[in-house]
Amino acid sequence: MSTPSQKPSSELSSRSLVIEAGKTERAYWADLWRYRELFWLLGWKEVVVRYKQSLLGVSWAVFRPLVTIGVLSVIFGGLAEVETGGIPTPLIVATGQLPWAFFSQALAQSSLSLVNNAPLLTKVYMPRLILPASGVVTATVDFLISLAILVALMAYYGMFPGLSFLLLPVLLLLVASTTMSISLWAAALCVKYRDVKHIIPFMVMIGMYISPVAYRTDVLVDRLGSKLPQGWEWIMDLYYINPMVGVIDGFRWIFFDDVSLHWPGLMVAIVLTIALSLTGIVYFRKVERSFADFV
Amino acid sequence: MTRNAIEITGLGKQYIIGANQLGRRPGQDTLIDTISDRFRLMTGRKKATRNRETNSFWALKDIDFTVGQGEKVAIIGHNGAGKSTLLKILSRITEPSVGRIELIGRVSSLLEVGTGFHPELTGRENVYLNGAILGLTRSEVRAKFDEIVAFSECERFLDTPIKRYSSGMKVRLAFAVAAHLEPEILIVDEVLAVGDVAFQNKCLGKMKEVSHDDGRTVLFVSHNMMAVEALCERGIVLEHGKVVFDGATREAVHQYYLTSIAASNQDVRSIAEEHYEAESDVGFRGFKTELKLAENRTLDLTIELEAFSKNGRKNIGVGIEILTAHGHLVSSLAPKLTNFIVPDLDVPRRCVFSFDDISNHLASGEYVVSVWLAIPRVRPLIRRDHVGGFTIPPQDPFGVGVANDYNTYGVARLPVKFHVDGEGV
Repeated sequence: MSTPSQKPSSELSSRSLVIEAGKTERAYWADLWRYRELFWLLGWKEVVVRYKQSLLGVSWAVFRPLVTIGVLSVIFGGLAEVETGGIPTPLIVATGQLPWAFFSQALAQSSLSLVNNAPLLTKVYMPRLILPASGVVTATVDFLISLAILVALMAYYGMFPGLSFLLLPVLLLLVASTTMSISLWAAALCVKYRDVKHIIPFMVMIGMYISPVAYRTDVLVDRLGSKLPQGWEWIMDLYYINPMVGVIDGFRWIFFDDVSLHWPGLMVAIVLTIALSLTGIVYFRKVERSFADFV
Repeated sequence: MTRNAIEITGLGKQYIIGANQLGRRPGQDTLIDTISDRFRLMTGRKKATRNRETNSFWALKDIDFTVGQGEKVAIIGHNGAGKSTLLKILSRITEPSVGRIELIGRVSSLLEVGTGFHPELTGRENVYLNGAILGLTRSEVRAKFDEIVAFSECERFLDTPIKRYSSGMKVRLAFAVAAHLEPEILIVDEVLAVGDVAFQNKCLGKMKEVSHDDGRTVLFVSHNMMAVEALCERGIVLEHGKVVFDGATREAVHQYYLTSIAASNQDVRSIAEEHYEAESDVGFRGFKTELKLAENRTLDLTIELEAFSKNGRKNIGVGIEILTAHGHLVSSLAPKLTNFIVPDLDVPRRCVFSFDDISNHLASGEYVVSVWLAIPRVRPLIRRDHVGGFTIPPQDPFGVGVANDYNTYGVARLPVKFHVDGEGV
């Protein structure tokens, strides 16, 4: 379907499709590529539909991150007076919120993508992977808006990122991959176990506090680590098991010169992402085989 | 015959129904259930109760057929015969359990019109979205956009969200997109069953045009026998997941009617039992309805019962009532009206009501029959409601491809003709 020729031609006629019990894997990955246009369209659809018929329309996409940044800054900066190492609290929050909002939004949409699109799944063939994946497209749009807010805030505070800022696409890819790896599991599990529907919003809410969205990771590790009895400081290393810790740290690192990167943390995030992606794909494919019979 | 377009060998699809090993149904378990089940099975606290075999059934089994390039084949059969499963496998929505299919050429399947339509999006946006869902690229949709819009007759509302469309408009737009797919193999489910008659005819015309002019291979599933006969030259009849007939469409349709009649006759036999009223000493048994397909493809109905009396009563009237499945009276053949009388019941007597060409008088649908015996004009002796029934299969009285089921079009078939007076008023 990606061939430019539209009329049936002899070249197309020679293409044959074999459907054999338990042997559909081969065509799957090629199809994923052929359906890339549908992937974009589904992502675009979610963006358009989200803001149609709402009073504030697209301004929601600006309003929401602004309010989140405002509230978290007041609580963590104004009230709790969490140490920020000289960086204004709103900037700490905005850099944390940038990948976190991407993650939480994409996950919320992707985890339900199969269940919500059940009518589509039972009537049309497509590589089902594109459904959770298109949630990432939608989140990217909001990501760009949040990024603009962050840039404006930085300009306001007179802070400018160094050259490491050029790594932004790499980090976007990282957060997208991390999100995707968890989304795959969530979407596939949700088909069989509707519990996932309740777990995800809960995870996102709690996750915002236990991930370093509104505070610096090094500050948390130092402060809590100093309260641990001697010889038990290694416990703080467990904090990096949450892959989003490494991801958020990475974002702060490219925006602020004086935030150093905890490399092991980033490595943990990358390794976990790869592991979750691979197992997620295997599990997703396994569940996908019986989707149409299940949902 | 040229090359084959579809080759199916040994195809089967097995579904696991009912409960799993611990008595839970698929899709209903929660995480906790699964974890605790695993644990219990592992520790042997609870044994697996049933095995897979007893809880599975084959929706399709041993399907073998090939379709040549350019052939138009109809798949017909009753609900649950396996048609939809076959289409779903051919469309790759679900995988077969065994067997192999080879499709040679670009395939499009249309199991529903308007799949993925979103009410908040405009007509234009939905055309692109639906096109992509059906496997068209954006440039293909763009190239055919004007044609699609013209076919749908929705030009004026293109930039209106389709939630404001009438259902007819939605269907027209959806079919317009579907009609402009240009696959070599087209797999179509009952999609003509929507929209008004004029539009249905337009769709049928378009499908004919598409399939005949361009030598496309078409696999068509429908309950609409007229559409099937108009469109296809070959018919495959499925029954309980197996191919029971494969041949010319006309014979396939005939076969389909035969099996539907057999099925409805079978239902009736199972409820035949003896009814007797000791007080009035009359009874009947062996109640039976039977539909037979006559030479000219009309249906004849017979309703039979055996009346008896232990002490040989005389002059007993036999009445039956025919009702729709909803209980609306279609006809009461009361002895008072008909004077259908059995002179004596010294021996049991077979009473037969025969209705020639019943399908020309009754619309399609399910009917039930009540029976009573009476002393005519005096009093009923025994009455049993709904002792049996029969089903008139779908027909297309006006040859437009619409079945006359009684829910929509009423029970009676009237000998109507229509003309428009040429004079003008």
